[in-house]
Amino acid sequence: MTEKMNIVEAINAALHDEMEADEDVIVYGEDVGEDGGVFRATKKLQEDFGEDRCFSSPLAESGIAGTAVGMSLYGFNPVVEMQFSGFSYVAFHQIKEHASRFRMRSRGDYTAPITVRAPYGGGISALEHHQESPETIFTQTKGIHTVIPSTPQDAYSLLRKSIQKDDPVMFLEPKKTYRAFKEEVDREKEVELNDCRVAQEGNDLTLISWGAMIPLAEEAAEEVEASIEIIDVRTIHPNDYDEIIGSVEKTGRAAILHEDSKTSGMGGEIAAKIQEDAILHMEAPIERITAPDVPYPLYTLEDEYMPDKDQVVRGVKNALDF
Amino acid sequence: MARKEVYSGSIQRIEVMDTDDEEDFPWIEEEEYRELYRQMMLARKFDEKAFSLQRRGEISTYAPHKGQEAAQIGAMFALEEKDWMVPSFRETAAFIARGAPLDQVFQRWMGDANGQAGLSEINTLPVAIPVGTQNLHTAGIGMAMEKKGDENVVLGFTGDGSTSQGDFNESLNFSGVYNAHSIFFVQNNQYAISLPREKQTKSETIAQKALAFGIEGIQVDGNDLLAVIKAVEEALEKARKGEPVLIEAETYRLEDHTTSDDSTRYRDEEEVEKWKEKDPLKRFREYLKEHGIWNEELEEFESEAEEKIDDAAEKAMDADNPDIEELFDYVYGDNPKLIEKQKQQWIERSEKDD
Repeated sequence: MTEKMNIVEAINAALHDEMEADEDVIVYGEDVGEDGGVFRATKKLQEDFGEDRCFSSPLAESGIAGTAVGMSLYGFNPVVEMQFSGFSYVAFHQIKEHASRFRMRSRGDYTAPITVRAPYGGGISALEHHQESPETIFTQTKGIHTVIPSTPQDAYSLLRKSIQKDDPVMFLEPKKTYRAFKEEVDREKEVELNDCRVAQEGNDLTLISWGAMIPLAEEAAEEVEASIEIIDVRTIHPNDYDEIIGSVEKTGRAAILHEDSKTSGMGGEIAAKIQEDAILHMEAPIERITAPDVPYPLYTLEDEYMPDKDQVVRGVKNALDF
Repeated sequence: MARKEVYSGSIQRIEVMDTDDEEDFPWIEEEEYRELYRQMMLARKFDEKAFSLQRRGEISTYAPHKGQEAAQIGAMFALEEKDWMVPSFRETAAFIARGAPLDQVFQRWMGDANGQAGLSEINTLPVAIPVGTQNLHTAGIGMAMEKKGDENVVLGFTGDGSTSQGDFNESLNFSGVYNAHSIFFVQNNQYAISLPREKQTKSETIAQKALAFGIEGIQVDGNDLLAVIKAVEEALEKARKGEPVLIEAETYRLEDHTTSDDSTRYRDEEEVEKWKEKDPLKRFREYLKEHGIWNEELEEFESEAEEKIDDAAEKAMDADNPDIEELFDYVYGDNPKLIEKQKQQWIERSEKDD
């Protein structure tokens, strides 16, 4: 049985279903209780499961992440919210130096399987710090999974899997597309972490992206007169990118689209991986369509900053015409 | 205009050993007093041995606890088995009192994480190096105990320098809001590496920092073993009911911050000498003599302790280094393909090197 949901509804449903399935799952963060979160991702959870299991916490991101680590060491399975990914940096220490390392430093004796949810990404004319795309910072953190869904089904299934994992997960949610579209979501469907999804099959070029850029990739693919294969990376790291390698071996051409800045963005890493594993199949240089290496601007300039359809079409054509 | 007092608070200090209060003796069984002394002596000998092993190159860096044995061992004596301990990085004496195998404690100082395997059996976390950040784990574990309705407590160590960290303050705040079963045990050893306590904070005591978070704060003479036990016992009673407590134990680090430090650059000999007179081991020995508990066996325990420590150090040095597989084996619950592939690549690479 399926239900039509948008991404934020799918996240709410995943949280609900995990809380129902496992009484050690608790949900907290700023305004997530009575208010249901500023994006309503935790709507009604407090009503359904009580204040003991879903509650609004003091305004302190490090405190949220660090106490979640402590609670997980004692046996809880906390899912905590960073109100915006741009505010997660004060919690970064707890994620990078503690959540990710407890298993290693105790030789598997202790684990801190917290799930940290954070809406990320731009294009919504929000205030400064509300629009960043910080996935690479988290991919540099070893011992966690960094996950970004792009569809309601993946948002539902990947969040449930993230909560079930006995590892810490950074779960970045594409807030620009939270309510952009609905699709049928199968609540029984399981999706594993650590692989990519073939979002659209094609033969001429592989367009690689994730999160809120997937709909843009799909729009751009329609504009070019070629058969474009779109790969949704969805677990940014760790991921062996097998689906990407398989795809470029078929197409011989690749373009990578992300809204993070160019240098040290994941596009560089993915291009390096293609170079290592499939260079002899490549017929053109790999195109990168990204934001520039400047801070995310205040929003009057965001259209200039964010990749748009024309840029994607141009990048794809460059790789096709080489 | 109206102006009225809306809050006032005060901080008390607990001392026992120098007060000659008859009610304070005996509190515990005679044999328990002796066991406490033996633990302090073992911890002192561990410190000396680790220092010499560092000089011989067997340990890269060591953080001595000499002078802080009463604070650590007193706190651990008061805990029950079901209670939890969260260390910072100078709590070797506490690990010993908690019952961590001595050879494993050495093994960890020798750079092998296997020295920290199995600590869950004694409800003790591994060492946390980033100063003050572990306090949030003390808070979170205490919150979890309250949520589960358990009647146990978590005691977390931290230092005077750490009380400037945001995480320390967030920990007290969360603990207060959520009735955490948490005791924050600050070993105020007067220095954060080189920075003296009075330059760390203008707060007159560290204990009073608790008051702003609506939780109780108490100061104790941290070199007075019995005062520490008293303070922690009182705190345990409160924390078991969901009333967190901040304890400031005033003590002194008699050695350098670590074996990489030279404390003569920032503190004078006179000050160190003054604190040596308050050496907790010496003080407790005198106390036991005054109260007729000292005996021949304790007199001889020093050499027995040396032997135990030497044996443990030998065992740790004899332990095999971990295999290359272990680099990859404790990162994820189930290794993702990427990590598993790298594991094979690195093993092959290492075999080629051999």
